[in-house]
Amino acid sequence: MSKVKNKVERPNFVSTTNACKLCTPLGAAMAFRGVEGSIPFLHGSQGCATYMRRYVISHFREPVDIASSALGEKAAVYGGGANLKKGILNVMKKYEPEMIGVATTCLTETIGDDVPMILHEFHKEFGDLKLPKIVRVSTASYNGTHTDGWHGAVCSMVEQLCTEKAEADGSVNILPNMISCEDVRELKDICDHFGVKSTILPDISETLDGPALEDYVKIPSGGTPIADIKNMSAASGTIEFGRCLGPRTGGVALEKNFAVKNHRIGIPMGLRETDVLFDTLEDITGTPTPRRYELERGRLIDAYVDGHKYVFGKRAVVYGEEDLVTGLCAFLSEIGVDVILAGTGARGRGMAESIAAVTDGVASKMPIIREGVDFQDIADEAGELKPDLMIGHSKGYKYAKAWNIPLIRVGFPIHDRFGGQRILHLGYGGALSMFDKIVNAVLEKKQTDSDIGYGYL
Amino acid sequence: MTNAILEERKDQIHRTGQGDIDIACNRESLAGAVSQRACVFCGSRVVLYPIADALHLVHGPIGCAVYTWDIRGALSSGPELHRQSFSTDLQEVDVIFGGEKKLEAALDELIDRHSPKAAFVYSTCIVGIIGDDLEAVCRQMSEKKGIPVLPVMSEGFKGSKREGYLAACTAMFKLVGTEDVSDVSPVSVNILGDFNLAGEIWIIREYFRRMGVEVVANITGDGRVRDVGRSHGAALNLVQCSGATLDLAKMMEEKYGKPFIRVSYLGIEDMADSLYQVADFFKDIDPNIVKRTEELVKEELSKLMPEVARYRKDLEGKKVAMYVGGSFKAFSLLKAFRHLGMKVVMVGSQTGTKEDYAELERISDPGTILVDDANPLELSAFIKEKDVDLFVGGVKERPIAYKLGVGFCDHNHERKEALEGFEGMLNFAREVHSSVMSPVWSFVPRRANKINTIEKEAGNE
Repeated sequence: MSKVKNKVERPNFVSTTNACKLCTPLGAAMAFRGVEGSIPFLHGSQGCATYMRRYVISHFREPVDIASSALGEKAAVYGGGANLKKGILNVMKKYEPEMIGVATTCLTETIGDDVPMILHEFHKEFGDLKLPKIVRVSTASYNGTHTDGWHGAVCSMVEQLCTEKAEADGSVNILPNMISCEDVRELKDICDHFGVKSTILPDISETLDGPALEDYVKIPSGGTPIADIKNMSAASGTIEFGRCLGPRTGGVALEKNFAVKNHRIGIPMGLRETDVLFDTLEDITGTPTPRRYELERGRLIDAYVDGHKYVFGKRAVVYGEEDLVTGLCAFLSEIGVDVILAGTGARGRGMAESIAAVTDGVASKMPIIREGVDFQDIADEAGELKPDLMIGHSKGYKYAKAWNIPLIRVGFPIHDRFGGQRILHLGYGGALSMFDKIVNAVLEKKQTDSDIGYGYL
Repeated sequence: MTNAILEERKDQIHRTGQGDIDIACNRESLAGAVSQRACVFCGSRVVLYPIADALHLVHGPIGCAVYTWDIRGALSSGPELHRQSFSTDLQEVDVIFGGEKKLEAALDELIDRHSPKAAFVYSTCIVGIIGDDLEAVCRQMSEKKGIPVLPVMSEGFKGSKREGYLAACTAMFKLVGTEDVSDVSPVSVNILGDFNLAGEIWIIREYFRRMGVEVVANITGDGRVRDVGRSHGAALNLVQCSGATLDLAKMMEEKYGKPFIRVSYLGIEDMADSLYQVADFFKDIDPNIVKRTEELVKEELSKLMPEVARYRKDLEGKKVAMYVGGSFKAFSLLKAFRHLGMKVVMVGSQTGTKEDYAELERISDPGTILVDDANPLELSAFIKEKDVDLFVGGVKERPIAYKLGVGFCDHNHERKEALEGFEGMLNFAREVHSSVMSPVWSFVPRRANKINTIEKEAGNE
């Protein structure tokens, strides 16, 4: 069994070099972008909103407007309430949003702004205006990572928007975790083919990957409709993706408040984790898996067979968000790739147990598992382990280049390649596409390193 | 159109030819306006970032460090320490009990590991609030490690990007005067305000080499701590960009009596003019320098102009809007576009001053929109109103142009293409041409619908 180590146990390492995580408000802003008519709003200084916009834009290549209360020195001393209110009014004037998602930053958390109270005052002062829904989430950036911000925002939206029990309508809620736009589209297709009405929260498939337009739209179309979020209490069940979630999530809230059964499963990556998704959908809907997915599953196994020799025994370093890493480990263990190191910048959500569970029975050995690490830590260990592959987001490139091994880009952020938002990770289709990529990376490497230059492999 | 502009922002927008210019600038961004502008930390990080043999440690939670990790195109001819992202990654417990111990430990560890020539320690919002004594920690670490450890007082909320420039210059000025300058030539300059994006500073240094001018320090592109230390030995400071390093030049003028001139390496006239100004400055001690410079410019232009003329044929009459960080750059770009036959119809900047906007008013065509500290809705409204063919800006502006089906040219610090000097002008012309002339624009809805309408009207006639 693996050992989980993190920095607390290694006091000789105190600084962070090349972090393997992003900050909490960024995750919240991204989740808020997946709601129809919604605009993210960071309560803090102007720089946070601008930096995060820049970062998100470089991955999605879409306009990403994130408002800010743009606190200056005075506000930092006397409190940011006035700026928050003024900022919301200005956003209302210019964007006419249906929802504003307010996330705090380290600055406003530390100066002790009581956001619920400020918003309460705001509603009293401006109650005569047509106000948008305002959802708030506390995201001190010194607590947790962007994943925590994401889950916090999702939970806040569920708790603050779905407040009444709606009449059961046989629908299913899906809380899909931090996945790509293409993944959301895949989930929608799956639900459509099952013939079940779904509420996917958030739905970034259109809001962060939209079409070319005639005009600049203030808020892109698409996203989970607010009416649907309000109606999530009507569902027959919730499926939330993530084996490394905290105790407070949207799925938990719906179960607690409205007895909507929560099915917590891993991100459906690879064959077995995708089987769990389809089994769960069968359970909830009472409908058998549509034939097209049985065929797709069959094609996936066929591909696994066709390509197994190329990848068996290859040694991979995997890094990123805990649940993505867990999903990748599930998938890689099925194809015979040994994950030798699984690293995440987050900590404390049981990634080791999750990886053990999803690789049980197929993995030849457990990887070394590291929580709370940066790329310096990953490199220190992985360099000696002689990996053949790196799998994760763009930030690992420097190391893959140094070790002269392929980097298979998945997850977020991807800003040194094109089309990060269109990568399919989920379902049988996602596994197929990742498998193709990995096999081809191995073949390409073999070809490049060879003096002979076989053109027929 | 005007409903894109909030009442409180109206005095930050001006149309040339419509009365005296009195544009409001250098004020805090408006809450909720979705400003394109960043913060003080950003300003100081930008300026100091390319000093390649220094350690750059961001004292704060992880975000500030990670969003500035190796995103820029500033190249180094040697060490590349600047391309790593170092942070104290403050946690809740540090916020409660203070982060000084952690900062000390981080500096201790990182300086031992990387043996930098100096360390810059950036203060972030939260550090300003919890009140860590950065200066004391830095002083103590300086003594312990025997290298300069310099605090950069760049708390994000303490103003805008501009205040960050000053914070960076203040930190850097502590290095100036720390090295021996006895071997410095009397015909020597420092290059200030160039960040060696895509190796641009190497182009400029080559021009000075051909002119017989020694470059003592690049501040800060391809920068070295030792060079900054002996920069007071140079005879002249050349300040580029919209004042990112102007404060440093002023400090050096006051303390060491070093004069400075403002230059620009973008476009044809400004590049040539900058070289002539330098030649002029040294002509008394090196009478042949003027002739050498004239020959250099002539040689470069004879290579460049025929190529530019080829692109100009296609680009003549096309319209351009630009939104840049510093407005000084906008002057040069405006002239550069004139060489391509293009018309600039909107100019905006994040950090322009009253003087900058007055100069823009003077050199722009009537009816040009000038804007300070804009946002996506304003920018898209201006692009539509002026029906531009090309937008110039940075990463945040790119998707705004693309969504509207307008060509885009990246002219900020993340670009990986050299645009300075005469070579750079050719790259620039090529990039502008390849964007404006791409066939993709005939498919985007805004243009496609227009073409359909025109065809329909033509059919009716």
